[in-house]
Amino acid sequence: MITESKLNATDAVIADTVLAGDYYMKVVKAGQTMRIVDLEGNQAADTLFYSAADPSERYSAMDTIREQGNVFLTTGTVLMSNECNPMLEIVADTCGRHDTLGGACATESNTVRYDLEKRCMHACRDSWMLAVAENENFGMTKRDITHNINFFMNVPVTADGGLTFADGISAPGKYVELKAAMDVIVLVSNCPQLNNPCNAYNPTPVEVLIWD
Amino acid sequence: MSEQANYTTTIPAASHWSLRVRRGMELRIKDIEGGANLGMLFYNPEDLLERYNAPDTLKCQHTFKLTKGNCLYSDMGRIFCSITEDSLGWHDTVCGNSTKSSIAKRFGDKNYQQAGNQWHQNGYTAFLVELAKYGLGKKDMAANLNLFSKVSVDDLGNLSYVADHSQAGDEIVLRFEMDTLVLLHTCPHPLHPAGKYPAKPVAITLQQAEAVADDDICLTHCAENGRGFKNNALYLAGDAGFTSATGHHGGCHDH
Ligand SMILES: [Zn+2]
Repeated sequence: MITESKLNATDAVIADTVLAGDYYMKVVKAGQTMRIVDLEGNQAADTLFYSAADPSERYSAMDTIREQGNVFLTTGTVLMSNECNPMLEIVADTCGRHDTLGGACATESNTVRYDLEKRCMHACRDSWMLAVAENENFGMTKRDITHNINFFMNVPVTADGGLTFADGISAPGKYVELKAAMDVIVLVSNCPQLNNPCNAYNPTPVEVLIWD
Repeated sequence: MSEQANYTTTIPAASHWSLRVRRGMELRIKDIEGGANLGMLFYNPEDLLERYNAPDTLKCQHTFKLTKGNCLYSDMGRIFCSITEDSLGWHDTVCGNSTKSSIAKRFGDKNYQQAGNQWHQNGYTAFLVELAKYGLGKKDMAANLNLFSKVSVDDLGNLSYVADHSQAGDEIVLRFEMDTLVLLHTCPHPLHPAGKYPAKPVAITLQQAEAVADDDICLTHCAENGRGFKNNALYLAGDAGFTSATGHHGGCHDH
C-alpha cells in the first residue's frame, strides 16, 4: 500500500549514503524511524535486523510471512523476530511491495544462477561477511546471516507456484520507512549484482535517514 | 543396488529425530494416514555452518513450491538432495515452524507430564532439541521444509493453507547428493487450522539410490541444477571413490 511519510528529510538526525557494494551497520533505537531511499531506482537493499540487546534474536522472514499471511512487505507489515516479537513496523512506503522470499545474492548462488565462472563477482553475502568481520563489537558471525528482506525488489508468486523476478516497481526517490519497536542493529547490503536485469545491470546508491 | 539392507522405520506423530545420510542414499518418506507434516532441515556434517537455504533453493529454480525435479540447495551453492519422486506436486518451505504458543492457542497445551507421547509437541522446540545435539542453537535454525503441506499464494501475496492436501500413501523420495545431517520432526504445519491436534506419523525407508544418469530429472530440470551438480562435483573432487566405476554415485556430470 502506497503511503507517504510526513517526516522531513531536513529533520533527520542521521543521513548516510550507501554506495552499491557497501554495507551499512548501525543501531536504530526503539521509537526511532529509519527511511531507506532508492535514489536512482530499481536498486535492491538487502536488509537484516537484529535485536541490539541480543543479536540471536533477529528478523525472521518465515515468521513475518506466516504471521501476516502474506509474502509481500508494505505499509502496515510488522517485521517479526525468530522469537515472534515485533521488531519494526513499515509506516510509510512509496514503492508498494518489497520481497522477502528471494534472499540475497552470494558468490556461491551466483555460480548456480548465472555461471560457474562468476564465483569471484562481488555479492551481498560478501558485504555481510565483511560487516560481521569489521564490527566485532556486535559479536556476530556467519551463523547470524539469514533469510533477508530485499527492499525495492518485486518477486511475485504465480498461481501454480512459480516464482518470478518481475520488472521493478521502484523508481528514483521511492522509499520505505520503518519505526523500530525495539533497539535494532540494521545491516544493509546495497546490492552489487551485475548479472540481474532487475537493476538494468547498474547498481546505484541508496540513502538511509534516521529520525528521533 | 542392494548391497546394503534397506532400513525402514516409523516416525511417530509429534516426534523428532536426526540422522546422517551418506551421499548416494535415498530417503523414501510416506504419509501413512494422510494429513502428515514433516519438518526438515539439512546441514553439512563436516561444516555445520553450511545449511539448507530456502531462498537460494527457490530462486535458483524459479519456484515457490518444492516437487519432483527440484534440488534442495545449501547456502554454498551445493545440492544436499534431489526430489526424485513425488506423488503430491507441492511442498512448502517458507512457513517455518509451529511454536509452543501457537500450538497451545490452536489445539490446547498438552505437556508430557499430562499426556506422555500424546503431548502437543511443537516444531520449533523439536528442532531446538535436535540442533543442540550437534552444538547448534536457535541461531542455526533456517527456514525449513514442510513436506506434505501446501500453502498457495494469490496475486496480492496472500497465503492460503490447502487442507486435505496429502492423502494416505502419498510419498516423496529424497536422493542425497552429498553427506548430509538431516533433522526432522512430525509436528503440525504452523498454519494447520484449529481443531484437534493432527497427530500424524510418517514412514521412512533409507536405501541406496540408483546412480544419477545423464538424463536425470533433477539434473536436467533447469540449467541451474546442472551447475549445482557441478558444484557438488568440485566439492567431492578429492573424495576417493567419487570417480571410480563402483562409486555408484559418480554421477556428477562434467558435460
Ligand atoms: Zn545482492
